[in-house]
Amino acid sequence: MKAKHKRSIFILFIMTFVSVGAYILLTNLRDNLVFFYSPSEILTKIPKADQKIRVGGMVDSNSLERRIIEDSGKKYEEISFTISDNETLLKIKYAGILPDLFREGQGVVAEGFFDLEDKVFNATNVLAKHDENYMPPEIKNLDRKGIEK
Amino acid sequence: MFRFSNPKKFQELSDNVYPWMNFLAFIFILIGLYYSFFNSPPDYLQGETVRIMYIHVPSAWLSLMIYSSMGICSIISLIWKHTLADIISRSCAPIGASFTLVTLITGSIWGKPTWGTWWVWDARLTSELILLFIYLGHIILSNAFDDFRKGDKNAAILAIVGLINLPIIKWSVDWWNTLHQPASLTKFGAPSIDSVMLFPLIFMALGLTFLFVSILLDRIKGEIYLRKIELFKQEID
Repeated sequence: MKAKHKRSIFILFIMTFVSVGAYILLTNLRDNLVFFYSPSEILTKIPKADQKIRVGGMVDSNSLERRIIEDSGKKYEEISFTISDNETLLKIKYAGILPDLFREGQGVVAEGFFDLEDKVFNATNVLAKHDENYMPPEIKNLDRKGIEK
Repeated sequence: MFRFSNPKKFQELSDNVYPWMNFLAFIFILIGLYYSFFNSPPDYLQGETVRIMYIHVPSAWLSLMIYSSMGICSIISLIWKHTLADIISRSCAPIGASFTLVTLITGSIWGKPTWGTWWVWDARLTSELILLFIYLGHIILSNAFDDFRKGDKNAAILAIVGLINLPIIKWSVDWWNTLHQPASLTKFGAPSIDSVMLFPLIFMALGLTFLFVSILLDRIKGEIYLRKIELFKQEID
């Protein structure tokens, strides 16, 4: 009986030790574990110009613009759109291929550098973020009609 | 308390349950696959890609559930010294590792068309990858000693330490900003997945769970024989 108690205490000790260790580690790594920042966080804790970061938010409706730009004989398309976290808006510029699921009103995560002077985020890569809603198209259309009414 | 913890009694029970598990797994997976592929609508946003979810999500659930069972068995094994707990734990590990691998691969295939990338180091994906490494570490450690009892003990400690990863995987999407979406099915509140898509998901989840139990029972049987041989060898020596 005594040996059994000893072993229980041993296990309890391991579990507490590991949990406390993990807690300390994770709270300290909090900033590094965040995959992306919100526009508000970027504007309050301004990152260095050469620091690659990620910013995520909802693409504002009717904010997507495409322009053809000529730079030293090469033509490329510059895409710009605004993302928001319901508090702050942030303009994002990007030259590249947007993921198929990129939609206005849906979440995106952009990777790149923040330009403090122009308050513009220059993205080198854009990822679409999918939310937890799954539904067939017909139901989505019904939803939309419901909102319009 | 441990009526079936005697390997012999357990084996009798297991032999009776085994064919039923196979039967249920077959039926549920058959219906689940039919609905997943042919009788459920595409998603309004993802299109046909949504069908990957019917294998990805149940595998992810199982990867966590199997590890929890291993953790519980390891605690029982260390405190009460039950051989059967070690046998179950050892038999679970490769199955859990397989489901974790399926989760990671299907997730990656889904991620490319949906997010635009095969892999990102966000908290959910990284913690699930760590789970795979813990499973593999468990398999290696439990076989690393000449005396299997020593392997059992060390692997059990690893399994208990690794338990800390489970809440991290589960709530990573709520604790940190991740690219991975939060859970669609929660204990509280209505599911944010439409019922026509929930149906195949539940069938696949049950089917794969029965499949897991069936493989587990088979592995346990083999493990018991292996131990008998091992003990016999030790007696001869």
